[in-house]
Amino acid sequence: MSRAAFARNAWLVLAVLAVLFSLQFVLPDYQVLMATRMMLLAVFALGFNALLGYVGLLSLGHALFFACGLYASGLTVYHFGWGLPAAFVFAVGASAVLALLIGAVALRTIRVSFMIVTLMFAQVGALTVLYFAAWTNGQEGLSLPASARVADLGVATLDLTDALTRYNIAYGLLAASLLILLVYLGSARGRIATAVRDNEGRTEMLGFNVFAAKLEMFVLSGAMSGAAGAAYGLLFGYLGATFASFQYSIEPLLFTLLGGAGTLLGPLVGVLFMVGLIDKLSELTTAYLLVIGVVLIVLILWFPKGILGTVRERWLPWLM
Amino acid sequence: MGFGPYLLLATLEGLVQAAVLSITAAGLSLVFGVMRVVNVAHGEFVMLGAVIAWFTASLLTGHPAMGFAAALLVSPLLVGAVAFASERVVLRRLDYNPEATIVATIGLLYILQQTVLLVYGPDARPVDPPFYYTIRFPWFGYSAYKLFVIGAAIVIMGGIWFVLQKTRAGLVMRAAQYDRETAQAFGIPVDRVSAWVFALGAMLAAIAGVLVVPIQQAHYLMGADPLLLSFIVVIIGGLGSMSGTVLAAVLVGLSDGIISMMFSPTLAKMVSTLLVALVLVFRPNGLLGKAAR
Repeated sequence: MSRAAFARNAWLVLAVLAVLFSLQFVLPDYQVLMATRMMLLAVFALGFNALLGYVGLLSLGHALFFACGLYASGLTVYHFGWGLPAAFVFAVGASAVLALLIGAVALRTIRVSFMIVTLMFAQVGALTVLYFAAWTNGQEGLSLPASARVADLGVATLDLTDALTRYNIAYGLLAASLLILLVYLGSARGRIATAVRDNEGRTEMLGFNVFAAKLEMFVLSGAMSGAAGAAYGLLFGYLGATFASFQYSIEPLLFTLLGGAGTLLGPLVGVLFMVGLIDKLSELTTAYLLVIGVVLIVLILWFPKGILGTVRERWLPWLM
Repeated sequence: MGFGPYLLLATLEGLVQAAVLSITAAGLSLVFGVMRVVNVAHGEFVMLGAVIAWFTASLLTGHPAMGFAAALLVSPLLVGAVAFASERVVLRRLDYNPEATIVATIGLLYILQQTVLLVYGPDARPVDPPFYYTIRFPWFGYSAYKLFVIGAAIVIMGGIWFVLQKTRAGLVMRAAQYDRETAQAFGIPVDRVSAWVFALGAMLAAIAGVLVVPIQQAHYLMGADPLLLSFIVVIIGGLGSMSGTVLAAVLVGLSDGIISMMFSPTLAKMVSTLLVALVLVFRPNGLLGKAAR
């Protein structure tokens, strides 16, 4: 990618981030809450897209990392009374280590086998949450007490029951994730990843360590998903087994496909459309997940490049 | 109850589980073998079969055996039709690309599951077994219906074997599985065979659903366990190999049944899932890897 193209992408990301920051002054209360959720789910989807869009690996088990972050942070706070920053850092670390272990094993497989293996590991994760119900309270889940929702940073105290505080934390996490990905993908190491996606055999022939490149992205992806999960648990104060379920492995896939796999901002766009749609429908009917099925099939049949993928193809070829 | 009888009971439960599982997994294995499609919606076909069985049985008043027999006929036919249609409308257009079809069957999973939730509701509903009869062992009584399920599974698996090995249709399916392009070149309409195979796989799942519903009740989320266990069975048993599938179903069903009764059902599933993930990883070209060419 040329320097000019990279600069354009950087400006675009910064512009989007500026808009998102200013939204908190205009949005009404309910929508601030919704936007907070969306930004965290977008971080999750960004992590997922790092793997699907830039190395070409479709994981069906990313709920595992989301739930790992969620429980690693939430349980340390709930049972051991850890401070929120420590719990968050621990959770991101735990997710990265888990991703390293799972990746080292799962990346030995390819294509369909990789999808099934990741799905199965995630299933083991979901069952683990249920099995240790004494700690996690299983399906019902745990609510963090109000006292555990205040972060003492030394210089300032963050009250996570405050909507704007939550918004800005989620915003910070999203901004950090986007910038990390932007820099990583623009770097030489990031290009090896996309080379693996485009032609794995050729990349290997050129002397690059394909397995290491995949594993690196897998760990980055897992850590990012874990960070999203950790923030989700701490900000909203609820840990439940649903977050480890198959549905949470499929949602980032859905967001990514809709927004455009392999586009930096695609997952964010996907979340914007989908989460709103899912929330609206859930007010109308209990069977709101029907929309996930319909959208998945429509996308895969007629719109496989997604929104930003199509935009890139038609109008903006420099889009990252 | 002493350990011996308890083990006997666990073994019987395991065998019932293995019976239902072998039918379900045979369907999944057939679809994967011939079409190279990993059907994530397979468990939903089991669920759909069970739910249609409940509708059929509740429409027919009279002896429960009537309703059950009708369900055993109606349910696979309807489910097969749904599968046939979805194959024609969706999977065929994706040109059986492995990744795209997985995503599409995930979509199908949600569509089937949530439509059932809309129409049938969130309750679990029982269907009467066709007969109530309890076999009295010296230590416990055991439902004769469950033994009937084991018998039915043996008959069905025998039927599948016969069709695959001894009939022209079976020959066509095996040819399509062995080498799709050569089969096409020899004038076998591989495309149409795929649609029938997908329907047949779904019908097997539906039969398993009908058989299981007097034991387990029909519920819109009941598809998850059969899906997971069938994956496990198909991966351990080797693809497209019916004898392997049956053997693996008996192994997995028995161990799952016994561990579930002795320890905990969750632990049983954790152990088998983890083991299978590892089988897949360390035999990447042996079991499922063949498809990844």
